Amino acid sequence: MNVYPFIVEGLQLMVLLLGAPVFVGWVRTLKCWSQGRTSPGLLQPYREILKLFSKDVVIAENASWIFRLTPYLVFGVAVLSGGIIPMLSADLPLAATADVIVLVAFFAIARFFTALAAMDIGTAFGGMGASREMTIASLAEPAMLMSIFTVSLATKSTSLAQMVRLVADTHFLLRPSIVFAFLAFVLVALAETGRIPVDNPSTHLELTMIHEAMILEYSGRHLALIEWAGMMKLFLFATLATSLFFPWGIAHVTGAGAIAATFVLMILKLCVVGIGLILIEVGLAKMRLFRLTEFLGSGFLLATLGMLSFYILE
Amino acid sequence: MTLAPIDAAYTSVILLLFTALLAAVLGRYQKPLINVSFGLAVIASILMVVAGGWTVNSALTNTVILMLGLPGLNFHMRLDPLAGFFLTTIGLLSFFVSLYSIGYVKGYVGQRSVTSLVIFYCLFLSGMSLVVMADDAVFFLFAWEIMAAASYFLVMFEDQHAQNRKAALLYMIVAHVGAISILLSFGIMAGSAVGFEGFGIYTFDAMRSAQLSQTGATVAFFLAFLGFAAKAGVIPLHVWLPEAHPVAPSNVSALMSGVMLKTAIYGILRVTFDLIGRFPWWWGAVVLTLGLVSAVMGVLYALMQVDLKRLLAYSSVENIGIILIGIGLAMIFTSYQMPALACIALMAGLYHTLNHAAFKGLLFMSAGAVVHAMGQRNMDAMGGLIHRMPWTASAFLVGCASISALPPLNGFVSEWLTFQAFLLSPSLPNTLLKLLIPLGAALLALTSALASACFVKAFGVTFLGHYRGQSIDHIHEANWPMRIGMILSALTCLVLGVLPTFTIGWLNSVTHELTHATTETSHKVFDWLWLIPLQPERASYSGPVVFIGVFFIVIVTYALLHVRQSKIKRVPIWDCGFERLTNTMQYNATSFSMPIRRIFGFLFSIKETVRLSSQSGHSAFPERYHYYLRIRDLFWVWLYKPVVDVCFYLARRVGMLQAGRIQVYLIYSFITILALLVFLR
Repeated sequence: MNVYPFIVEGLQLMVLLLGAPVFVGWVRTLKCWSQGRTSPGLLQPYREILKLFSKDVVIAENASWIFRLTPYLVFGVAVLSGGIIPMLSADLPLAATADVIVLVAFFAIARFFTALAAMDIGTAFGGMGASREMTIASLAEPAMLMSIFTVSLATKSTSLAQMVRLVADTHFLLRPSIVFAFLAFVLVALAETGRIPVDNPSTHLELTMIHEAMILEYSGRHLALIEWAGMMKLFLFATLATSLFFPWGIAHVTGAGAIAATFVLMILKLCVVGIGLILIEVGLAKMRLFRLTEFLGSGFLLATLGMLSFYILE
Repeated sequence: MTLAPIDAAYTSVILLLFTALLAAVLGRYQKPLINVSFGLAVIASILMVVAGGWTVNSALTNTVILMLGLPGLNFHMRLDPLAGFFLTTIGLLSFFVSLYSIGYVKGYVGQRSVTSLVIFYCLFLSGMSLVVMADDAVFFLFAWEIMAAASYFLVMFEDQHAQNRKAALLYMIVAHVGAISILLSFGIMAGSAVGFEGFGIYTFDAMRSAQLSQTGATVAFFLAFLGFAAKAGVIPLHVWLPEAHPVAPSNVSALMSGVMLKTAIYGILRVTFDLIGRFPWWWGAVVLTLGLVSAVMGVLYALMQVDLKRLLAYSSVENIGIILIGIGLAMIFTSYQMPALACIALMAGLYHTLNHAAFKGLLFMSAGAVVHAMGQRNMDAMGGLIHRMPWTASAFLVGCASISALPPLNGFVSEWLTFQAFLLSPSLPNTLLKLLIPLGAALLALTSALASACFVKAFGVTFLGHYRGQSIDHIHEANWPMRIGMILSALTCLVLGVLPTFTIGWLNSVTHELTHATTETSHKVFDWLWLIPLQPERASYSGPVVFIGVFFIVIVTYALLHVRQSKIKRVPIWDCGFERLTNTMQYNATSFSMPIRRIFGFLFSIKETVRLSSQSGHSAFPERYHYYLRIRDLFWVWLYKPVVDVCFYLARRVGMLQAGRIQVYLIYSFITILALLVFLR
């Protein structure tokens, strides 16, 4: 039995767990630079997580077991997703566990329980965050699946490993359907990861927060897990975008040298993704909640165009 | 003589009828009556599961001709894999619900006599199992009517409220319009049967061999579909469902939503795939479209409800829609002679049928426990019940996660299969379908995301946060029989979700009967681990690995973080430095769904008014703020209300004939006599 894929799987999980805070650090650094501030450095998210882990936990009196389970569950689901998305190689032992539909459902699990935990405390903020998050998700999820299905139709598969392999082997990016699908994916990913213009990760202004409103009552290790899982989610969406649409260097990894090359390539790609993300964030302001319908609607429209152009042009 | 599955099924029906008789005798001893009769119903349900499971497992077909029946037409009974599958579903849920009822129905003792509830409960169960086993049109309609009439009386059980009586009447009307249409459809099919004598044309065998013309087949199909759709609650024929299901006792609601709607699905499958057999693609397209509309609209209406059981009832409309999506796709694939693909679509529909029975039964049972404890169904009066009802809350949570299609629970498996079926559409030769079917996948995605919002709301508002009333002390946990019923069905949801390959392997005989194809569940060594409907490169899902993976990571993280002891401090919630928060300041069911109400508002008939009132002094100093919100079903306003209004109008016009004066009536008699003399000489 070939042990090689298992090593890659382990490496990939390490990359996810350790790389996600660095990636967030990179994004924040870029943001600081773009606003003419000095940044606290790439490693600041680590320090924040470590600080939270060493603190005591404070929980509201009436919190139930759901409130305490949620951080672990959210974290567990994020780690498992990292085992499925091909980052370093498409030959992963866990890849057959779940295809792209299951991956979307994984994010749904995290959202479902975060929303419940938010309602568990019984403050108005929690309920508001939960209500808004579920509304945005219900508009984003169809667009997300449509955009991924466009790639699925072209590769005749929903298995991520297979999609990445086929995309890497063909001149794929020149297809109009994939361009549309990619644009739609970007819009949806902004919504799903709670970035500007949908949500502002650094706001604590009462009436504008969405994701922050849900986790307002968390503290200590619970908050650390949730923050870490949030960073992993951003990292996962970034790698999902690069793996699906720009998979160069991923598919056929055969030796240690190749892994190293893929790793370097991945870092480069993520750097570029970070720059793109910051360009969007700097250029746009946060939208009003009810204008998000148009934003996500246009994401859906782009995905639909992608699908139609797949049938008409290809 | 060797035992056959149909004997077990037969015995279970007789046992149920016997229980109904026994209940009539035991009426004076209410508590023993409940224990004995629901205990017997449990045994009968086990027999149904055995009979159905056995039939499907060994792909048997048993037929029996009863001694009963009309002159010249004895009742025919047949148990084939399709009937067996539905019998298993009915048996499985009625097993859980009957256990639950032992505890639940005791809540009525001392308030009113439960004898009629027990009798009609047993008749209802036997009616449903006879529907799926009937093998001639007369017997089918006979059983269909037993089912409808029994459920009518069950809906009427708490008849002191005018609202319940109205709901039951509406249910009766829709059920009978549907029954007429099914009757006509059978008539058309029987009319073209050849080679059968006398009443023999009304057997299903005769209908299978009938040579229908294209038009005849189309009319027969759409009449049958109309009838069954009315029973299943397909939009726009769903209006009775959110009225009737909530007002029935909760154990009955569980059965009505969980399995009675499925007998209509059975009817659609039986008539389409078995009796008619060959059909053009556009029938499938109609079924698919109605399925999509029901799914999206059902869940949107569910989201708007504040009545817990109404929410669940609308969600049944949604799930029936999802099942019809699978069936519609299967019909399209079958009409293009693609049995392997049709098989996957049909598998998705059948699996969802079973799943919906499990989780909707579970949800209604837990809702019943909540309603029993609260004494009302309004979610906006609940909150924080998880602290007083931990078992019920956990069971309800499992149901919510299943119905929101979260892996590794069962709802996800069938939804995943449905998505796979959608993605197979590019192999269709028809360009129009190729273009439009993937859009259906997007609607399904919308449905599942909205369903998850809907059940976050249902669980969050009911069980989490603070209790919204005065004191939570009177709220009590459900008793043990109720808990056991809920726990067993929650476990079923988990098992069906984690180990789908067994169920799919078992279902293969049903899909083989209908589409002549089976689904390979896997191609690998540990084949129960991986669900692979087509090729491994195409798609795969492993429930066990997901379940164990998440479980493992959660445990490891928990253990790692608890190496070092750290305190958990419990404090009051932070109120931003203002005065203490009150319980009514929480988000409630109405406010939770407000963003979605605003976005999809054009699909409802919404009336929202705000008024300021000032009892004393000037209107510039208002004392109270009144907010009224009424959300009504658009279909009721557009489609049904005009019909009702016209009926009332006509009735009033006709009523003018009855002037109440003897002279006028004498003139009527005189004119009638004259007319008869002139025309009937």
